[in-house]
Amino acid sequence: MRYALLVLGGPYSHQAAHSALRFAHAAIARGHRVDTVFFYHDGIYNAAHFAAPPQDEPHLVDAWRDLQRTQGTALQVCVAAALRRGLLDAREAERHGKSGASLEPPFELTGLGQLLDIGQTHERLITFAP
Amino acid sequence: MSEIPEAPHGDLLVMLRHAPHGGLWLREALDVALVGAAFGQSVSLLLMGDGVWALLQGQGPGPLGQKGSQSTFEMLEMYDIERLYVDADSLEARGLTRDDLLLPVIEVSTPELSTVLAGHRQIFNF
Repeated sequence: MRYALLVLGGPYSHQAAHSALRFAHAAIARGHRVDTVFFYHDGIYNAAHFAAPPQDEPHLVDAWRDLQRTQGTALQVCVAAALRRGLLDAREAERHGKSGASLEPPFELTGLGQLLDIGQTHERLITFAP
Repeated sequence: MSEIPEAPHGDLLVMLRHAPHGGLWLREALDVALVGAAFGQSVSLLLMGDGVWALLQGQGPGPLGQKGSQSTFEMLEMYDIERLYVDADSLEARGLTRDDLLLPVIEVSTPELSTVLAGHRQIFNF
């Protein structure tokens, strides 16, 4: 089955993001696909480029990157939710006159319309929220 | 006693369970509903729990200076979002009646909630 995940919780602040990752790994281990993860609300913080948790804790941002690298999972971040919270890719940073980017590939900023699309193009959309 | 005038149906149901202000839940839930409507989907809202506060009359930014949700709700008609379901128990538990609310709503009893959900193709729960 082709799954998509909707993540609404920030890493570490709530269990949602970690549970989403664990679900993704479990689904893949069962032979399913997790083709897209959409980050909305505080979930956008999972795309924070400069996240630097302590070495002896799970690195959730890296875990999402690994998912993209090994499974080809698309990591989509709602642009409006990201901007208001201070996560900007290079293009948005330039548009807003900021130096430096706090969001980089494989995470990509996209519109909320994508979320509605995802619900139609995947067989299941599972939400992980605080 | 069922108040639901016709079988609930639609493409998209957005459940609102948070009050305005104090966070972005309501705002970002409404954004999903508006985007769905802008994409031509038929959208319904279901207000439950503290979500019923979202429709309280007489809201404004007040001393917080925060843009509340009243203007967004006033825009719903323009987006053809007309079916506003409200969990009857949530209203009663908060001492509210439909007369306290900004817009006409369809009150839903607990046993009817599943009918509302079942009638929509896609559901988002905020």
